[in-house]
Amino acid sequence: MLNFRPLWRYEDAFIEGILTTLELALIAGLAGLALGLVCALVLGRGNRAANLLIRSYIEIIRNTPPVLQIFIIFFVLPRIGLRFPPFEAAAVALTLYFGAFVTEIIRSGLDSIPKAQVEAGHCLGLAGWQVFAHVVLMPAMRNIYPSLTSQFILLLLGTSIASFISAEELFHTAAVVDSRTFRSFEVYALISGIYVLMVIAFRLLFFAIGRLAFRWPVAR
Amino acid sequence: MALVEIKNLRKTFGKLEVIKDVSLTVEQGDIVAIIGRSGSGKSTLLRCINGLEDIQGGSITVGGRDVSAKMAGLKEYRQRVGIVFQQFNLFPHMNVLKNVTLAPILTGKIKKPQARKLAEDSLTTVGLLDKIEAWPEQLSGGQQQRVAIARCLAMKPELMLFDEVTSALDPELVGEVLKVMEDMARQGMTMILVTHEMNFARNVANKVVFMHHGRIWEQGHPDQMLGDPQTPELQAFISSSRT
Repeated sequence: MLNFRPLWRYEDAFIEGILTTLELALIAGLAGLALGLVCALVLGRGNRAANLLIRSYIEIIRNTPPVLQIFIIFFVLPRIGLRFPPFEAAAVALTLYFGAFVTEIIRSGLDSIPKAQVEAGHCLGLAGWQVFAHVVLMPAMRNIYPSLTSQFILLLLGTSIASFISAEELFHTAAVVDSRTFRSFEVYALISGIYVLMVIAFRLLFFAIGRLAFRWPVAR
Repeated sequence: MALVEIKNLRKTFGKLEVIKDVSLTVEQGDIVAIIGRSGSGKSTLLRCINGLEDIQGGSITVGGRDVSAKMAGLKEYRQRVGIVFQQFNLFPHMNVLKNVTLAPILTGKIKKPQARKLAEDSLTTVGLLDKIEAWPEQLSGGQQQRVAIARCLAMKPELMLFDEVTSALDPELVGEVLKVMEDMARQGMTMILVTHEMNFARNVANKVVFMHHGRIWEQGHPDQMLGDPQTPELQAFISSSRT
């Protein structure tokens, strides 16, 4: 028989876990977005040394398991004096992880803007950064908005790997409660539902933001 | 002094020499129509005048300033020279008002409160005041091109360049754009246009330049150029563009 009652005692722990998961996703999401934007812009400038550095970063992140990345930051970096508590280590790892994918997404977005648009901006006498900020950025963002938000959803779900280093997010909380109550089915069913609700909430939020931000009509 | 002075201009793309030793003088108030087959170098010449292409030889002087793609102050120079493209290139995420006022505001030519008045003036010139709140996507090609012209006019340019501005338009929309350009010509704007509209070249321009294989093959008054072409190449071009 299903019995969720024993879990109620852990209500606070679950709420704490949810908040930690959200916190991790938002911190890594915003920091990774900033990192990705900077990397994408630097890539566009065509400096060879900088490009090599960023390309290597992206390839390393994309070709190794995220859990390995988090282990390296938590267990290996202390050897060279960089010691992070679990939450901070997870935040750094997830930022680097998200940033690598975001770099590629933003790069493709910037490339999707016709050169003629950039030329038109320059021909009106705008400075390079003005062309970027006013002419390129918004249409590029619109083009990549679906992939960017999907990538964030993957990040949100990916925060669960922080449990490997005992960062006390939702999945870790579930494992702890499971080991105390032996109600595995109920515990994991509950957090499945919570994850689904969080994803739905973010999807609705992104949909609303997209509606507000990208209002201009486009050719089909 | 001439407004535009081009001397012995050379432009290559890799090994391909697209402009060979071109010299051209444009006076204040001139309407210069550049004609020629595709690939003759006419659009490239126009792009060089606006610093969109770097040049491999010769010089371009506009209003006494040496123009090159690498020049310091290219930005300020471009604020005084407008260019309209074949593909309109309006900014899709801004309505007509913002398209027209973006550059004047960002370059400090005008303060935000006065911007709307400026846009209204420019749009009145092109006859599109009623579209001030519209999105580019909602406009016809001819209307988009007129907005693109208004966007340049809002910068109060001393020189306007037109790069085959009617070539991407449906035939029935060409007239409205040419009419706007004719009005501007009548008000004394100096214009250089690359065009396939022979009637426009004949009726509005005061100088026609025929380019062929990267050179200025023939130039002169439109009546003489189009009525009594001297070179066999121009004769062939004119008879082929009549059909």
